Amino acid sequence: MTLEVDIRKRLGAFALDVRFKASNGLTALFGRSGSGKTSVINIIAGLIEPDDGRVVVNGSAIVDTARRFTQPHHRRRIGYVFQEGRLFPHLSVRQNLIYGRWFSSERGNPADVERIVALLGIDHLLDRRPTGLSGGEKQRVAIGRALLSNPTLLLMDEPLSALDEARRQEILPYIERLRDGSGIPIIFVSHSVSEVARLATTIILLADGRVAAAGPASDILQRIDLFPLTGRAEAGAIIEASVEAQDQAAGLTILRSQAGVWSLPRLDMAHGSRIRIRVRARDVMLAKTAPQDISALNIFPGVVTDVSQRDGPIVDVKIDCSGDVILARLTRFSLNKLGIAPGVAVHAVIKSVALDRRSLSGPWPGDQGSDIETLAT
Amino acid sequence: MAIWGQLVLTPQEWGAVRLSLLIAGVATLASLPFGIVIAYLLARGRFWGKSLLNVLVHLPLILPPVVTGYVLLILFGRRGLVGAFLADTFGIVLSFRWTGAALASAVMGFPLMVRAMRLSIEAVDRKLEQAAGTLGASPRWVFATVTLPLMAPGIIAGMILGFAKAIGEFGATITFVANIPGETQTLPSAIYTLTQVPGGDIGAFRLTLVAVAIAVLALVSSELLARRIGRRLDVE
Repeated sequence: MTLEVDIRKRLGAFALDVRFKASNGLTALFGRSGSGKTSVINIIAGLIEPDDGRVVVNGSAIVDTARRFTQPHHRRRIGYVFQEGRLFPHLSVRQNLIYGRWFSSERGNPADVERIVALLGIDHLLDRRPTGLSGGEKQRVAIGRALLSNPTLLLMDEPLSALDEARRQEILPYIERLRDGSGIPIIFVSHSVSEVARLATTIILLADGRVAAAGPASDILQRIDLFPLTGRAEAGAIIEASVEAQDQAAGLTILRSQAGVWSLPRLDMAHGSRIRIRVRARDVMLAKTAPQDISALNIFPGVVTDVSQRDGPIVDVKIDCSGDVILARLTRFSLNKLGIAPGVAVHAVIKSVALDRRSLSGPWPGDQGSDIETLAT
Repeated sequence: MAIWGQLVLTPQEWGAVRLSLLIAGVATLASLPFGIVIAYLLARGRFWGKSLLNVLVHLPLILPPVVTGYVLLILFGRRGLVGAFLADTFGIVLSFRWTGAALASAVMGFPLMVRAMRLSIEAVDRKLEQAAGTLGASPRWVFATVTLPLMAPGIIAGMILGFAKAIGEFGATITFVANIPGETQTLPSAIYTLTQVPGGDIGAFRLTLVAVAIAVLALVSSELLARRIGRRLDVE
């Protein structure tokens, strides 16, 4: 499946001018509030019409202003999970879930309902009314409802932003399963680096109504020049690693990436599982010589490849550790004192406890082959 | 014993009560679809003449009922603009018939009915309708499966108000269809007649009790229905 978006739209003083392509997996429309993310997916869904441009799904246009063609939004077969759930209060959870099937040309079989209900873990809610559900439950039902309408594409508009951290952690795994198991491409709107780092296959970075950058998630998030747009406080690198061993005695899990061996507080993951580690730049120290007698467990030698050019007392440094890129944030004072510049050999030092569960995520996107049935267990 | 005997309605009084219930029922049911359409247009429509339509709908509420009855007589009377057409084409005569009384009651109750429904449509969250659209529902289906069920409390409130107004309607009815026992003599006109004749007081009192009973029953049932539906809808 492919999605091509090439649109312009004026909304008051704000001008949207966006062009991108997306295919399978989860594409994050990422940017600050007011960057135009929601307007873009509202145009894809058909809730807003563009002034000019076209949206093409699998080669056929669903809106094309040059041909004066607009497909009504109820015929687009594009699922939409809204920020606030928008469940129908007069229907039970079950009726909410099957609402879209009344209008779907393919009847679908009852097994689909069971499969998606199991995937989202909502089987105990079916006979309840949406009013009594928690925020996280509502969002899971909303996702199920959108999936059961048989969409060719799934849009999600900050589906986690109305939830507290605990609920968010509860839903993230379900979205990961969807990404890896459903085969339906997802466009995911978010302004949260941690969500995007965990979920995205591809990132479209929006700023002021334009595409500032687009590409694979790890490439975009490690670009120092984009930090002002991606969010400085949460900026960091994404490392792909696999579980190598469990050290029961020490309570540690040993992972291996290109940079070397990582020790993390124990994770319940099988040997060989692949995971993403997000290492925030502000959690990384640099040393000129390999530190001795230090509590930090993760020390990787590497070479500085880039230093951010912006002014101020804080700088970001990019280090290549045998193929893995690690980002470190230092004061300019330390940078000058140690003489850190591109080409200088350093050691990146990361405390194990800085890598908490929130920085980790399940299988690396693209690690396909698993399907919903096995994931649902 | 003699006192209780006094409370039994005479056949003529029974006739008036039955006729009133029939007229009010027909008036409410017949105006319901129009009420929903007009309420929807006023709540959501964007068209030229919307405020004019709004004034027109509310006119019977503001005009003296006798004036409304007189206007109906001019329009729907045997030789009236619409009345002549209806009589010649369909053989429908409204003036001095119970059907005319139903029309008068419906017109008088219409503003109340539309107002209640309009408010309930305005309270329906349009985001829910959008969501239904993204799930594949065409605008008609969105209306039938989302908008209509969500405005149900307003529809019921509107119907009860319209019904209550129709039961009590007097001025427009007596002007348009007069006060013919067995044909157009409704509960209020029967009370009026009884107060005009010597010894009619006890009959008027009996009918007053009936009127109070109907009003209380309507109010209580609407309250119960609204509460049941309200519990079901309970939007956060």
